[in-house]
Amino acid sequence: MTVTVEKPAPAAETERSARSLVDAVFRAREISIAGALVLLVLFTWVAEPRFLNDQGVKDLLLNAAILVLLAVGQSVVVITRNIDLSVGSVVGLSAFACGKFVSGTDHGVLTVLLLGVVVGAVCGLVSGSLVSFGKVPALVVTLGMLYIIQGLDYWWAQGEQINAADVPQSVLDLGSGSVLGLPYLPLISIAVLAGTAYVLRTYRSGRELYAIGSSPEAARLAGVPIRRRVLAAYLFSGAVSGFAGALWLARFGTVVADNAHGWELTVVSAVVVGGVAIVGGTGTVWGAALGALLLTTIGSALAVLKVDSFWADAIAGALLLAAISVDRIVNVRMTRALRKRSAR
Amino acid sequence: MIQRSALPSPATTLKRGAARRGHIPRHRAAATAAVVCALAVTLAGCGGTTKKDTDNSGKADSGSGAKANPDAPLKKGLKFAFLPKQINNPYLKILDTSGIGAAREFGGKGKEVGPSDASASSQVSYINTLIQQRQDAILIAANDPNAVCGPLKQAMKKNIKVVAYDSDTAPACRQLFINQASSEEIGRSQVQHLAKQLDYKGEIAILSATQNATNQNTWIGFMKDELKKPAYKNMKLVKTVYGDDDDQKSFQETQGLLKAYPKLKGIISPTTVGIAAAARYISDSSYKGKVVLNGLGTPNQMRKYIKDGTVEQFALWDPKKLGYLGSYAAAALASGQITGAEGEKFKAGKLGEYTVGKNGEIILGPPTVFDKSNIDKFHF
Repeated sequence: MTVTVEKPAPAAETERSARSLVDAVFRAREISIAGALVLLVLFTWVAEPRFLNDQGVKDLLLNAAILVLLAVGQSVVVITRNIDLSVGSVVGLSAFACGKFVSGTDHGVLTVLLLGVVVGAVCGLVSGSLVSFGKVPALVVTLGMLYIIQGLDYWWAQGEQINAADVPQSVLDLGSGSVLGLPYLPLISIAVLAGTAYVLRTYRSGRELYAIGSSPEAARLAGVPIRRRVLAAYLFSGAVSGFAGALWLARFGTVVADNAHGWELTVVSAVVVGGVAIVGGTGTVWGAALGALLLTTIGSALAVLKVDSFWADAIAGALLLAAISVDRIVNVRMTRALRKRSAR
Repeated sequence: MIQRSALPSPATTLKRGAARRGHIPRHRAAATAAVVCALAVTLAGCGGTTKKDTDNSGKADSGSGAKANPDAPLKKGLKFAFLPKQINNPYLKILDTSGIGAAREFGGKGKEVGPSDASASSQVSYINTLIQQRQDAILIAANDPNAVCGPLKQAMKKNIKVVAYDSDTAPACRQLFINQASSEEIGRSQVQHLAKQLDYKGEIAILSATQNATNQNTWIGFMKDELKKPAYKNMKLVKTVYGDDDDQKSFQETQGLLKAYPKLKGIISPTTVGIAAAARYISDSSYKGKVVLNGLGTPNQMRKYIKDGTVEQFALWDPKKLGYLGSYAAAALASGQITGAEGEKFKAGKLGEYTVGKNGEIILGPPTVFDKSNIDKFHF
């Protein structure tokens, strides 16, 4: 939809106005999520002023950091009309691998992060190859990978647990320390988010991901290297998940084999709530990040408001349905509007 | 032997008996049981277990009719299988390893098998396999008190002793339950410890696992009951929250408690995941030193937080002792020293003598309290 494929000159004007319409609609989506987020935070703040004290803000940012990272990785895959359900297992494996690696010895924070990225990237490479070159549906491949990686992790861990006492202080400090009052983890997430957003918006390869998701057939005819791009998307998602695993270790200190068990669904919810259409081709990583922030903030807000935690799940589910319904309505209306414009 | 030759195929009878017990008239069920006995004797004979066992096992088969002989020696060469809730549970792993070690002490052989997920029915197929392998005893930490009942009863019919540990099955489906500590003691002692730390005043909260975890809810029940006593009149339980044994959720719930109840003085977390998450959060938040955290955790997991002063003390029974006791109890059962009736006594190696309580329960003893002074003596 938003792809800039070369078009004959006379259509340029229509094209521009169509694109701004599309942009406006999706900016509206991000604005509405941000609005909901602000309302939620304000409401909770009024009910319980301590929600936004120094510690409170820090907590909110830290809680969202890992989910935001995962949501960024997932959006890149979902934009290409694929899905990566293996993220939860990848985080678990990477967190355990990093934990095992640092156990007792201090290898330096950067090495640990790098190890996480490598573990994740290998997983992403396998899923990506099967999806892009093997032409197996992404849902099946990544579901299979979810179980394979989880099994591998269980086999490796054999019930072992990495405890905070085994993790070097430098790694733990990454999870709890801050610079100028801002904790490290959210800063890292924002850096990854901004970088990804920039590539997706301005680089040709980034735009091609949208083209693939919008219409794989058209993208193929336009000469987009679909397989390579899809593989790259999975590689990225895997690497980001592995990175998130290393951060998981830094943040929670205690690691067992089934960390982040079931997180894949939370991540997909965050992405869809954030306006990345599950059918691909639309949405931004900013939206997905906002979606992730919204979901974790709901959890934190309900806890502060003394509401039982199972409501958080129910609300997340309702949001998801609302988001998909809105997507559908917007889609129908926009198609109609675009058709009217091009007819003029 | 006559019964056996009178039937076409013992194997099919067995299978049918297992699958449709409910539909068979009583006398046939009895006949099947008799065949099973006979079969068990023959199989045991050819199966390579020690020859001396054969006689005993034939007699002890029906379980209820057998008499305990407290002086019987522990048999050699017993085969035990530990079936944990799931094979990746670090705590149950320690328990099973110690139980397998204990089996070696008395010349037996132990192994651990189990599902990778802790769902209600995942243990069933493992039990069936263990029956086929003719283990002498199955030690199980049940994922669901009832889902494993059918196959376990089947095992007992075949003279395989069934001992539940950590998490009980329905009492009819096992001969013994090795209880870590009485639920009442666990619940009450946690309130007592925290109360002492808080000088018997202030608001407290509980951070539990999932909302429907049986053991958690039983303990919480006893905690609430303990708090009703006049000694605790200045203490108030303001809220029980559930972290679902998930790190992130336990973090969020802890944060919520501390913000929503500014006068909160203490948190009890009777779950190992919860207490570690809460400790990690408190250790680098502004609440460190302002709120007392107590509960159930493992020394390895909590070592850091004891040393950095986030947590003064916590408690747990020693899972090694629990596995050790389970192994000896199963051996005593299989050797005919006990049958699972109340009041029977047996010796559990270096742990000393234990007595079977009501409903076939054996209680390990009061939980150990860990603090700065003793934590370095424990490694699990």
